[in-house]
Parts: sequence; C-alpha cells; structure tokens
Amino acid sequence: MSAATGSNRVIERDLVVIGGGPAGLAAAIAAREAGGDVLLIERDRILGGILNQCIHDGFGLHRFGEALSGPEYAGRFISRLRELDVPVMQNTIVLGLSRDRRLLVSRLGELQEIRARAVILAMGCRERTRGALSIPGHRPSGVYTAGAAQNFVNMENIMPGSRICILGSGDIGLIMARRMTLEGAKVEAVFELLPWSSGLPRNIRQCLVDYGIPLFLSTTVVDIVGMGRLEGVRVAQVDEQRRPVEGTERFVPCDTLLLSVGLIPENELAREAGISLSPITGGALVDADCMTDVPGIFSCGNALHVHDLVDRVSEEAERAGRAAAAYVSGALPKADAPVAVRPGAGVRYVMPDHVSVPKVISGPEKITLAFRVTEPRRDGVVRLTTDDGVVLKEEKHPRLHPAEMVWASLDLSQFEEMKRSGKTLEVSAS
Amino acid sequence: MTNADLNYDVLIVGAGVVGCAIARELARHRKREGEAFRVGVLEKEPDVSFGTSSRNSAVLHSGINYAPGSLRGALNVKGNAMMDRLCADLKVPIKRIGKLTVALTEEDLPGLHKQRSQGEANGVPGMELMDNAKMRTIQPGIEGILGLWTPTSAIISSFGLTIALAENAQANGVDFHLNCEVVGVERGEGKRTFGVRGSDGRVYTSRLLINAAGLHCDEVSAMLGITDVKIWSCRGEYYVLDRRLDGTLKTLIYPVPGPNDPGLGIHLTPTVDGNILIGPSATYIPEEDREDYRATSAVMADLRREGLHLLPDLAASDFIRSFSGNRPKQTPPEKGGNADFTIEETSVPGFIHLLGIESPGLTSSPAIAGMVRDMVAKHIPLAERDDFAPERPGFIGTFAELPLEQRMDLIRTEPEYGEVICRCERITKREIRQAIENPLGARTMASIKYRARAQMGRCQGGFCMPRIVRMLRDEYGFDPKDFFIRGGAPMFSGHVREGGDGR
Repeated sequence: MSAATGSNRVIERDLVVIGGGPAGLAAAIAAREAGGDVLLIERDRILGGILNQCIHDGFGLHRFGEALSGPEYAGRFISRLRELDVPVMQNTIVLGLSRDRRLLVSRLGELQEIRARAVILAMGCRERTRGALSIPGHRPSGVYTAGAAQNFVNMENIMPGSRICILGSGDIGLIMARRMTLEGAKVEAVFELLPWSSGLPRNIRQCLVDYGIPLFLSTTVVDIVGMGRLEGVRVAQVDEQRRPVEGTERFVPCDTLLLSVGLIPENELAREAGISLSPITGGALVDADCMTDVPGIFSCGNALHVHDLVDRVSEEAERAGRAAAAYVSGALPKADAPVAVRPGAGVRYVMPDHVSVPKVISGPEKITLAFRVTEPRRDGVVRLTTDDGVVLKEEKHPRLHPAEMVWASLDLSQFEEMKRSGKTLEVSAS
Repeated sequence: MTNADLNYDVLIVGAGVVGCAIARELARHRKREGEAFRVGVLEKEPDVSFGTSSRNSAVLHSGINYAPGSLRGALNVKGNAMMDRLCADLKVPIKRIGKLTVALTEEDLPGLHKQRSQGEANGVPGMELMDNAKMRTIQPGIEGILGLWTPTSAIISSFGLTIALAENAQANGVDFHLNCEVVGVERGEGKRTFGVRGSDGRVYTSRLLINAAGLHCDEVSAMLGITDVKIWSCRGEYYVLDRRLDGTLKTLIYPVPGPNDPGLGIHLTPTVDGNILIGPSATYIPEEDREDYRATSAVMADLRREGLHLLPDLAASDFIRSFSGNRPKQTPPEKGGNADFTIEETSVPGFIHLLGIESPGLTSSPAIAGMVRDMVAKHIPLAERDDFAPERPGFIGTFAELPLEQRMDLIRTEPEYGEVICRCERITKREIRQAIENPLGARTMASIKYRARAQMGRCQGGFCMPRIVRMLRDEYGFDPKDFFIRGGAPMFSGHVREGGDGR
C-alpha cells in the first residue's frame, strides 16, 4: 500500500466493524455507546445482512419479547446506529486484512487502505454447497442452496421452481419449505441424513407439520437426475454409519432441490490475518471478550460460530463491541496465561475457547459460555467441572438438542480461582 | 432458404478448442484472389467451449506420451511450441510449470524409459532424467526412484483459450452461429458445395466443410455417407479443490502410464486459477449418452481416496466441486488405449473431418489448425492478411491478479472495477459486465462463469449468483425465463404468487 498515491489516501480509524448484519450492527452500536470511534463496512447496498431476506417472524422473542420479522429486527438496530451517527460504508468490500489491522477496501470507483486500532470481524457465514457434500449425479439447473432460493423469492420476486425437494433440515431449509408452499409450489419432502433434525423444533412444527410436509430422517439424496433441468432425485435410507442401505432407494420427481446442509463461518479475512481458527466451528478461537489470538482483532456472530437465534448473536456482538472499544482506549488489560475451556463428553464445542483473567471488560462479572451438545437427550444434565473433577455447576435440562445452542455462566471469580490453581474448565452433557 | 449471408467458403462444425483454433487460423488469411474469404462456425450449444474443451485437465503436454511418427506426437510438440505466442496475444493464462513423470518402483522403469525415447523421437525439448534428490529440488517430499522432467509441460485455461480463439476469430470476420446443431448435410449442384441444415431451420452453404464435432464427429461424417468411423465416449471425472491449497504443487506429477490405460492415470493437477484437480477417471459410457457428464459415487470415492493419499491434510471442505468431461475415442472399450488422431480430407471432396481428438487435443490445437489450413489452401489458395488483429483489445485478464497500483489506476477510469460481485474469486462488476457483453452474444450463466471466473470459488456462486441474476434482470432486461445455466438448463420455473403470474 505504500504505493498509494493521489486520491487514494490512507484512512485511519479507531475501530472498524466488518459486516453490517445483526452481529456487526450490534457490535458497532455497543462500541459507539462505549465511546469509541467506529466505522461500519457493509458489502451490500443495505444494512441488515441476511435478516433482509428473512421475512418470516420469530426474531427478537428473547430480546424484545415480541416476534419480529428479520427486516424489523434489523430495523431497530439500524435506527439506533443512525441515532448514534455511526459512519457506514455501504457497497464496500474488504479485500484484505493484515495482522497489524490494515484493511484493503474496495467500492465503486475506489480502492483504498484503512488502518484501524481494532477490528471486529462480523462477516457472518455462508451455506455449504453440493460440492462439499459430494452428491453423485448430473449437474442440472434447479439445485440451489436454501438461502439462495430464499433470496430469489423474497428479494427478487423470482420463483426458483415448482416441485421441490429439500435436503437437510437446517432452519433455512425448513423456513423455505413453508415459504415455497405459500408461494404455490409443491414441497415433496425434507430429507435429513442424521437421525434427528438439525433445525429448531419450533420450525419443524410451524414449517413442516402445519403444512403436511413429510420429514424423512436417516435419509439422503444418492443421485441427482437431469441433463438439463433437474428431473428428480434418488433418495435412500442410511445406516448408523450414514451409508446408503441397499434396497431402500426410491426416485422422487422434482424440478428443484434445495440444500440446507450446514453453514460455514466466513473467515477468509481471519485466515489472511493469521488468526487461529477452530477446526470444529470454523470460527476464530476467542476469549470471553471475543478477542482472537491476534491482539485487537475480535470476532462475533455467525463468523465466530453458527447461532440458531439472532437474539444471541446481538448479545455476543455487544460484548465484542464493548471489548473492542475498551481495547482501543487501552482499558482492556493484557492477559497472561488464560484459563482454557474445553468440551467434555457429549459436547461438540464451547465458546469461548479460553477466558483471560485478571479482568474482563466486556460485561458484568459473569462469563457466558455457549455450547452445543453432540446428540439429542431428554432429561439431560450439563456439568461445568474443572479438569481435576470439581463440579462448579450442574444444570438440569429437560431437553438437549444439537440444533439448539446451550448457554451457561460462571462468575469471573471462579475463573480467577481456576487460574490461581492452574486448572482448565470442562463442559460436559449427559 | 439460402441467402447470401449464409454462404461461406468454409464452414466449421463444432466450436470446441479445435474448431475455434481452425476458425482463427483461417481468419489470419484471405483468398489469394477474388472476394472476401468467408468462414462460419456452427455450434449446437449456446456458447463455445461447452463440451470437452472446458472439461479436461487443462494441461499442455510435452509430447512424450505418443509413438514416434504419430500425428499426435508431431502435432503435440508443434502445438506446445506455438502456445506462448498465442497466449500472449490473446491474454490467456498459461504457466510453464513443467512435469515430472515418476517411476515409483523398478517395474515402472521400462515405461519411463519408453516415454523418454518417444520424447526424443518426437523432438521434445529440455527432457531430463532425475533421481529422487533432484526431483525434490522441484517438488519437496516427492516419492519415486526416477523421474522424467519435461519443462515444456504447462497448465493453461482451456476454456479461456477456446473463448479467446473464438472471440478473436470473430473480431477478424468469422461468423459464429450458436444454438445451431447440424441436423443434415446435402451436396449442392454439381457436388461443388455443401448445404448444411441447422437446427435453427436455416440452410448454410459452403465450398468446404470441416467436421470438428468432437464427441459427435462420427455422426456428422455419417451425414455424408461416411459410416466406417466410430466414436466412443469415455468419461473422466474430477474433483476441484479449494484454492487454500494453492502452491502445494510446484509442478505436474504423473505416474508412468500403463500400455493399455485409456488415459494418463488419476493424478493431481494444479490449475492456472490456483485450484487443484483430482482426476480424471476413465469410464466408457453408453452410446446414447455421449454427453452424460454425471459424477458417480464409486469414482468420487476413488478420487477422494486418491486425493487424501496424495495430500493427507485435505479437509472435507476442500472438495468444492466435481465435474466430468468425455473423451472422444476411436478405440472401443474392449481394446482400450488410444488411437492416433484422424485428420483428413475424406472420400467426399472438400469434406475434412477430425476424429478422435482426445488428449493431447488442447495442446495440439494450434498445430491442427495449421494442418487444416493447408488442406483448405489446396482448394482455396490463401495468403496471410496484413490487417489481421491478433490481440483482444480491452481485455485485461483477471483484475484481482493485477498489481495494486495498476488496479487503483484502472478503478479511477472504470469505477466498476471497484465493485466486487464474486467475493471468493474477487471478480468485479466491470469484469462481469464484460463477460455479459461478450462479442459472441453468449448469455448463459456458464458463459459468464467461464469468462469472468465468477461462481467458481469456494461458495460456488452462493453469494454472486443472485447478484449476477439481479444485474441481468435490472440492467439487461432479462425475464426469469431468459436465465439458463447452459443449454437446456433453465434456472427458474414456476411463479411467485404475488403480482399474478409474476410477469
């Protein structure tokens, strides 16, 4: 960038938030409220991110105590952002991020460098595609990720197809089963590889059961048929090793296959900046302030780990925003050896990866832990224990499900104690 | 039915790399005497390069694989040597990364030495036998006891080359008729012309007819009564790996091929775009499905296994796509192996056919074009044009690959270079616009993909495809029914409920 000359001056900012979806909005607002100088960068024409195409309701039940649509939920944050006069660059993409927080940003007529004292990564996530699943068969048209189809229907008023099969029971797939039905399409079925649904129970009820759309568990698509447009899919039941069972194959005619088979945190920029990522979540390894292992770079929302409720995204992002503002003002103390947090039996991952003490700035004196269990359980128990077996907390859950993130908290003082005695924290479920 | 516009001196059937190379080569010439030299290309697909030419390893071979005295050996070496100039003129990505053909055991050695002596006889430049230590200076950690190094082996954009040849040929006066499948051929009065019926209902006439129809070339020849030739379609499946692995492979690494292998074996191939290909397999497919490009679970499992064997730290998310390409083979399944190219003027005077142009067809294409030009010149004396424009003005290649300073300058004059549409591959709105406005008038999503690289990254169009759709609708007046991935593959069906039928 030293070559930058003429009108391409270098901009300097205290804090840059990358992404204007729910995480970026909440982070920018919280940082601004904490007194920071904030710039929000959004690649789309409008703020709100994926919420803009989520025209169904159910957002904000926890935070606002009412069921809002996606745009309504985003609208509340956008209004607040405007009240606070947070500067926003829209239609702007961040092409590069260095370890020392130099950003290369591009927009119509401009390619420039921004130097920031702190950066919050809030780029959200992307959908897993057919390629990542290795589904055999032809490559006809009519195979879309559920989110792309949602974009076409809700944003562009274009119908992707009329006879639909859905692979994967992720929430977007369930929402789209209902949406396509409402638009007059015939949704034949939802097929899920796992023996349980990967979407929220309320979405199974409201989007499938209420519309008589069958959900076939332990079933997958083994062949995609159609040299031009999709003509149908061959599905088969799978055994416990998720291998197709011979003799269970059947052909389901359809002109459209929607894929709702998982979300992947967007972390191209994090990788470029040399931030350590978790092989399980695909997001950064962060402390309780959402700070990555590159000082001054924070991560939150679906870029950090995929959430099921936007309310929780906002909450997490606010923590990141407050912490980043504190980092900029020098109020965030340097942590020496942090307390590690590890998933134990029955738990897939825990957020954060570690807790830095002596002092955490971003919230009250409680540390919030978010985690997901590996399989569904009834009358489950969640335990927070130290690595030498001392139970710090035990909570009963009538129902634990991989689709639903579980939350727990511990007092900061308990982490201080663990640090003194050199212990790590383990979260397990049974 | 005929009119002057559809009268040609030469008609070429098929706009793959061979057909397009011939078209451009003929465009370099004029008739020695008389009026304008008129060349036309008929292509059944809505764009050039939609068949085997976009579905291969995109490797330029050195010429060690082919028997001395064969057409393939000679055309390969000659074509390879022509590529640097061609790619420079047309701004086609090419990287001379060389190739190591590796003997893993003593058993492979006779095969390796055979390759070397074939290479010597064919005039392959710069060959060198390397022991393991020497090989490791090129590719760290490589296994094998002896390797044959061929520095002229290269990687290239195969569809980029085909498109560039076509667009440049068109800029120099060649007519491309897309969506026009040849459905019949008749001899004209006195058997001096050909009347070619297209699926568009028109009849095209020409003095000479060149059959470069790839997987369907025997069908076209049969239209002129030549029924003693036959093409079998042999599918090769591939995986495309994420660019995360860019730089892992410093060179091309191939096993020593067995005598009856229908291809060169499953291997890893880096691409000019920074991906790695795993493949290709080789499976003969049924006669009626010559263009069946399916991926099969058995082969996909093989390729994954092979990939993991060669690159142990591959993650599931590194496999971003699979694709298939079909080889037009003259050897039947029970025989296997390869036959030499057939490039000849047939028993029907003025009818030239090109049969079995499988590997190394891409490498050989400019040399094949020269050979066909000479065949044409026997009927129509030709001279080189002095007004031929060999370059593609205004085409800058991939913007994101230019130096930063140059990008900043370009954005100042073309603001849309600042607007990124395809996030994964960093393709700008300006590049998408150029692709949409391609001179051939090809308007499918695949046409945009092959020209601009948008939709080729790890999200496979999840992000940019809706944006490209919006651009085509808002700025180019596309209706939902106008969107096609490629021929016969409409993107949208059905209508949203609001607003009546959506129209």
